[in-house]
Amino acid sequence: MELTTVWFTVIAFLWTGFFVLEGFDFGVGMLAPVLSRGEAERRQVLGTIGPVWDGNEVWLITAVGAMFAAFPAWYAGLLSEFYLPIVLVLVGLIVRGVGLEWRGKVHHASDRAWCDMGILVGSALPAFLWGAVFADLLHDSVTAMLVGGVFSVSLCLLHGAVFVALKTLGPVRARARRTALVTSAVALPAGVAALSGIPSAGTAAAGAATPVWIWALALAATAALAAGAALTWRGRDGWAFTATASSIALTGTALFGALWPAPLPGLTLAEAASGPYTLQTLTWIGLVALPFVVGYQIWSYWVFRRRLVAEPS
Amino acid sequence: MEALDLARWQFGVTTVYHFLFVPLTIGLGVFVAGLQTAWHRTGKEHYLRLTKFFGKLFLINFAMGVVTGIVQEFQFGMNWSEYSVFVGDVFGAPLALEALLAFFLESTFIGLWIFGWDKLPKRVHLATIWAAVIGSNLSAYFILAANAWMKHPVGYEVVDGRARMTDLWAVLTNSTALAQVPHVVAGAFIVAGAFVLAVCGYNILKERRADPDRTVPMRRGPGSTTSIWHTPMRAALVMTAIAGVVSAGTGDLSGKLVYEQQPMKLAAAEGLERDTAGAAFSPVPGIEVPMLLSFLATNDPDAVVRGTEDLQAEFAKKFGPGDYRPNVPVVYASFRVMITFGMATAGLSVLGLWLTRRRRTPLAPGGHPAPRGPVRRRRRAAGVPREIPSWFARACLLALPLPTLAMIAGWLLSEIGRQPWTVQGELLTAASVSPGVSLTEVAVSLAVFTILYGLLAVAEAVLLVRYVKAGPEQASPTPPAPAAGSGDGDTTAVMLQPTLMY
Ligand code: HDD
Ligand code: HEM
Ligand code: HEM
Repeated sequence: MELTTVWFTVIAFLWTGFFVLEGFDFGVGMLAPVLSRGEAERRQVLGTIGPVWDGNEVWLITAVGAMFAAFPAWYAGLLSEFYLPIVLVLVGLIVRGVGLEWRGKVHHASDRAWCDMGILVGSALPAFLWGAVFADLLHDSVTAMLVGGVFSVSLCLLHGAVFVALKTLGPVRARARRTALVTSAVALPAGVAALSGIPSAGTAAAGAATPVWIWALALAATAALAAGAALTWRGRDGWAFTATASSIALTGTALFGALWPAPLPGLTLAEAASGPYTLQTLTWIGLVALPFVVGYQIWSYWVFRRRLVAEPS
Repeated sequence: MEALDLARWQFGVTTVYHFLFVPLTIGLGVFVAGLQTAWHRTGKEHYLRLTKFFGKLFLINFAMGVVTGIVQEFQFGMNWSEYSVFVGDVFGAPLALEALLAFFLESTFIGLWIFGWDKLPKRVHLATIWAAVIGSNLSAYFILAANAWMKHPVGYEVVDGRARMTDLWAVLTNSTALAQVPHVVAGAFIVAGAFVLAVCGYNILKERRADPDRTVPMRRGPGSTTSIWHTPMRAALVMTAIAGVVSAGTGDLSGKLVYEQQPMKLAAAEGLERDTAGAAFSPVPGIEVPMLLSFLATNDPDAVVRGTEDLQAEFAKKFGPGDYRPNVPVVYASFRVMITFGMATAGLSVLGLWLTRRRRTPLAPGGHPAPRGPVRRRRRAAGVPREIPSWFARACLLALPLPTLAMIAGWLLSEIGRQPWTVQGELLTAASVSPGVSLTEVAVSLAVFTILYGLLAVAEAVLLVRYVKAGPEQASPTPPAPAAGSGDGDTTAVMLQPTLMY
């Protein structure tokens, strides 16, 4: 495989990892007010993502860093073109981060309400905007942005609800199940609209016919989404989470498949790429380091594998 | 007013802001890890209380470092797209490595540390804070290697108007980086040391106010201190003093490198207009120490130091017409603020070490003659340390802002002194900015970030002050039990320990 293809794959992998992992963080952040009654339950809900959200966010930072190193023109073009949406994404990530970290350290209920607001807004903004930005890249239309944004938010909500159902016990878990079913009623139609759009865009820009495998991925993503809803209905939390995670992973793969080989209009990967020396060197370092990173992240999920209960303080 | 001006302001504001929190993260992280190690080694409860107390302050601050760092990562592409395209090949590599090798480590293990008190064996839990701390320091190394490359580009060639990396090792072992990394990390330890000193100073004063007649003596006998603040204060004094020596040494080294690599910066830092042999240094305007500058820059008091006007003429010939001089008053002032404020803090710590030195003759318990031989030597090592004078505690409180101001000034020297270049000798700042981004867009984002950052700074300050005032928890915390490995996930729910979490 060519080095540019390798690095495109790496970047697609990092972005997809970000969508899958931070997807449930965003969902939990948006759903916390819905899923919990009272402070103890709120802590229970947020505790499900407490130890991991920062590590999940670094998937985004690494994805963007890898774009900078491997395809500087892609990095620069994407971020300067979507200037204001990116500013809003950053604002969201800032208020969400401090909200999560400071929530347990403030003393007054009103301060805690500010933190909760930060978590809510800070989860919703990036969830919507990343969907909108990537949809716009594929279709360059306002409708597409809206569909993409709504799909992204509803998928995060579903994914987050399923995650909470998987990670908690008690009334919160029951509420999370119900919420997952309600959100899937939005996520499914939005998913059909957005996913059917992916194969018909993208590579068309490069003048080639859409490869069949992108159609297949989009179809599989939709099926996984439906499966997630059905499995929640059946009370199979673990499998439901696997299904929603797969749906996001398949969507991400289809998305980056459609962006190949021209990740921005009028810019091919070959033009955007760094020199072979840089790509080669980074490949070696990445090959050595990435397994460790994935390994200790999996270990941290293992350490926090148990379900949480509401603990009155 | 152009988009360029605002983009520069935005970069300055957001980067300086990020760097308000980063040094404390770097230094305080190591300090907390040290306290926890001491607890692990000795099993003394007050170390655990201190670990949790400073750990909380550390985490409040850590959050701000994280969220403001994300802005940094995106900003190059947003505002400086021409720069990003030109340098991405070289500059992007350390940034990507930073994310891959440092940020993952730091963020994952911080999560494990915060939430792992009752889930991990004690030893493993201790290892998590060290892993996170190693991550912070690695991240400083990579980002500073990237920054050093802008001052002294190495290991690259320019092909088709873009820098192409030819040697990653050269980039990572750039002489400028090897001087800059210890200099900045030492600065971070001074900042953190001063922070701990101020916290301890505040609490010592508070204890004395609560007990003006000293009915509770600070010390009852050899080795037994009643004030919990004595140990962290001594530790912070040692840390700050050592860091002060390192920062002076590496600062001197940086100065010599600047002389070779960025003569215009050195000329501006001294306000020297003409090439001068045996150049003088003026610590404050009006006072000149003859030949000191030449000596600092080269170890030779008679060496020629270049001047701004002569360099300007040379650069105009070499690079074409233009103004190649940075903002001299700012650079000049920054240099002095950095040295005086930073060294004043280091000096304070040396003074503190002397004030709190151990007494020569240890009191033998019960008035018996001090034993001889090895026992006696051990006693002497544990001789009674002197009490911290109240005026010194007050001075520590007042010195709190000094090293942070020194850090900011150092960066202004470094970054503004490099102007008009973003990459010394290769790329001008004016040619770095994003061509497609409008003035309005930059104005909006600058306003948004400035306001948001202002609010958050106030919130963080309030939070920190509140926690410092509250002091460490009194109740003896239950010692974290090793991970309960029994029971299956569905039925055995493990509750989170509320002390360090959300
Ligand atoms: C508490 C912090 C602190 C202290 C005590 C000092 N510095 Fe410093 N200095 C910094 C904090 C700092 C910094 C903020 O960390 C900088 C900015 C860029 C960098 O690499 O480090 C810096 C940069 C910096 C530079 C510019 C390097 C460049 O632009 O390439 C020089 C020449 C010095 N320092 C020299 C000194 C000397 C001679 C010092 C004392 C005798 C000194 N510094 C103390
Ligand atoms: C963390 C400490 C840093 C501070 C406080 C700082 C400060 C500044 C300031 C004040 C400017 C504006 C200069 C002007 O308007 O004349 C600037 C510019 C810049 N700095 Fe830094 N900087 C820091 C670190 C870095 C690092 C680590 C990098 C690279 C990795 C970097 C890259 C840049 C770039 C690209 C510009 C924009 C172009 C320019 O105006 O020079 N800076 N910085
Ligand atoms: C201007 C260039 C800079 C960029 C692009 C940058 C990038 C970042 C990012 C993305 C984070 C958040 C990481 C996370 O979520 O865990 C961060 C935090 C941090 N940065 Fe910066 N940074 C810059 C300047 C600096 C400098 C000059 C230093 C050190 C000397 C530094 C050291 C750190 C540390 C120690 C943290 C603490 C929190 C953490 O890593 O999680 N950064 N930075």
